[in-house]
Amino acid sequence: MDWSYFLDLFMSGLTKGSIYALIALGYTMVYGIIQLINFAHGEIYMIGAFVALITATILTSMGLNLFAVFILAILVAVIYSSAYGFTVEKIAYKPLRHASRLSPLISAIGMSIFLQNYVMLSQTADFVPFPEIIPVPKFLEKVSDYVDPVGVVIIVVTVVVMIALSLFVKKTKIGKAMRATAQNKTMAMLCGVDVDNTISVTFVIGSALAAIGGVLIGAYVGQINFYIGFIAGLKAFTAAVLGGIGSIPGAALGGVVLGLTESFGTGYVSSDYEDVFAFVILVLILIFRPAGILGKSNTEKV
Amino acid sequence: MKKIFGLLSAALFTVLAVVAPSFAADVIKIGVAGVHTGDLAPFGIPTVHAAKIVAEKYNKEGGLLGKKIELIVLDEQCKPEVATNVATSLVTSKVVGVIGHICSGATKAALPIYKQDKIPVISPSATNPSLTKIGYPVFFRTIAPDNAQGKLQEEFIVNKLHAKRVAIIHDKGDYGKGLATYLKNYIEKSGKAKVVLFEGITPGAMDYSAVVQKIKRARPDVVMFGGYHPEASKIAMTMKRKRLKMPFISDDGIKNDKFIQVAGKYAEGVYASGPKDVSGNPLYKVALNEHKKKYGTEPGAFYYNAYAATQALFEAIKKAGTTDFAKVTHALRTNYVETPLGKIKFDKKGEAEGVGFAVYQVKNGKFVQVYAPSK
Repeated sequence: MDWSYFLDLFMSGLTKGSIYALIALGYTMVYGIIQLINFAHGEIYMIGAFVALITATILTSMGLNLFAVFILAILVAVIYSSAYGFTVEKIAYKPLRHASRLSPLISAIGMSIFLQNYVMLSQTADFVPFPEIIPVPKFLEKVSDYVDPVGVVIIVVTVVVMIALSLFVKKTKIGKAMRATAQNKTMAMLCGVDVDNTISVTFVIGSALAAIGGVLIGAYVGQINFYIGFIAGLKAFTAAVLGGIGSIPGAALGGVVLGLTESFGTGYVSSDYEDVFAFVILVLILIFRPAGILGKSNTEKV
Repeated sequence: MKKIFGLLSAALFTVLAVVAPSFAADVIKIGVAGVHTGDLAPFGIPTVHAAKIVAEKYNKEGGLLGKKIELIVLDEQCKPEVATNVATSLVTSKVVGVIGHICSGATKAALPIYKQDKIPVISPSATNPSLTKIGYPVFFRTIAPDNAQGKLQEEFIVNKLHAKRVAIIHDKGDYGKGLATYLKNYIEKSGKAKVVLFEGITPGAMDYSAVVQKIKRARPDVVMFGGYHPEASKIAMTMKRKRLKMPFISDDGIKNDKFIQVAGKYAEGVYASGPKDVSGNPLYKVALNEHKKKYGTEPGAFYYNAYAATQALFEAIKKAGTTDFAKVTHALRTNYVETPLGKIKFDKKGEAEGVGFAVYQVKNGKFVQVYAPSK
């Protein structure tokens, strides 16, 4: 067994899995609350990456240091993407709240196509280079022969964000409202929870996480275009289903499992079948645990 | 009403049939077939422009064999089924040669018809290697076939970079995988180097760090990628980040400014094969200026190849002194012609000698030609 090769694959799988997890959280939170698969979520991630690119380019030309650029780019991307997430919900989903479940789904697909084309027309259809804005601490540079320092930063950021999210959902009042709405919307409303407001907050948080993912992956792979949201969105959605859609730890776990599967599949078998491994795992898990790894199965009363 | 239309069109048709032959005597008809409408039109229109410019030039000097040249331009939309109709139509209008077709698929479909009636066909753009076999002896082309690029890369990798272990990655697409397979076969046939890794990647995937780890483990002397620039720039970047210092070579799909722009500093030192740089040829500049003068724009794809094809056909007819098939094709195969692509003639199979690929390298943010076979 070649341990350093194993470690390399593990690291790249974990890095990719972290990004999947960040985006998957948005899918899972929205699904948990309004049982809607928000197909436009991938596009929010893509918009986050574009906003960060523009911000970083401006800030770098102003001569700010790397750390400040990184933090500010994330901040602007988060604000911008959250605004988009909020608006998308208000325009495309809220009017359809009481329609059949298929209507908002179609509305979501439409929103996704609209946002893709909007960015393509307003920015460019080509790939654009993304600056390397992830700051790497000194001590990590020393071990860069063994692990990819940028990957480590991505994993750490993801872990921190997830802990913050769990605390937010568990400890704050809004978090409590979110859990209540997820369990039973009508009951929550009767108990005085502002359901509309809570749903908006969920979209805003999901979009913020997607934006962070967008900035990280943009800086990691060095290029973005209008289509990255679709591909990442598809994988992240798979991760959310894998982990159990509606469950926050499930999304994190699903992302990591998916990333590692792809990485090890490529490394030990063949990259020709990278996507095949991802979906074989999905099928296998859904056969044995139909609700996903950490999902709770709801038996519907007839 | 329908009857009247039928009668009318029948009457018109008869008139045409009667009138047409009386013109035929004093013109030489040349067919120009390709895609002129739809998505792929940018690949076909420049050929029409080139043929028109060259024909006009010859007509000004008295035409060919004392007759005016008349172009019959037909659109086949790159569709094989339309291409056979177009070919039949050209054959029935008694063309003595055809410039085209543009797409390999359409060319393949049309060739048997030209073969039956012995009409020389010169394509500026159809690169499928099998065409010269299917179309022999009527088919010629002024562009190098797909496998020529693989052959050149093999020569460069084995003889110039002295690589013993080669890793080949491709994007699973027709172009990328096709080229990668040619290269693999040529390397294995040469026996001088070993292919240590041959893998496809998913185009558009988030990142390729896992496959780069795999490359690292295979310890190649050279990495080749068959595909286009978005994936190539990601791989080149990840390789340098992981401190893989072996040369990275790719194909015509990355030999553009976009690759350099996206990959930035990571593009430096990357090799790419692409058509030979012919912009230094005096005739290249002449052809460029003629296009600018007539159409007011820079010429598009395959313009110079089509220009050379038209020239080659006209010169062959001139040299042969007749439009007889055997004599014209003999002239095509033996008589050198000065064209924008350089001095060319065709070999026995119908490939243009002296037209081909070269290897470029990114130096200071620009692709610079570093290796071109002398032949």
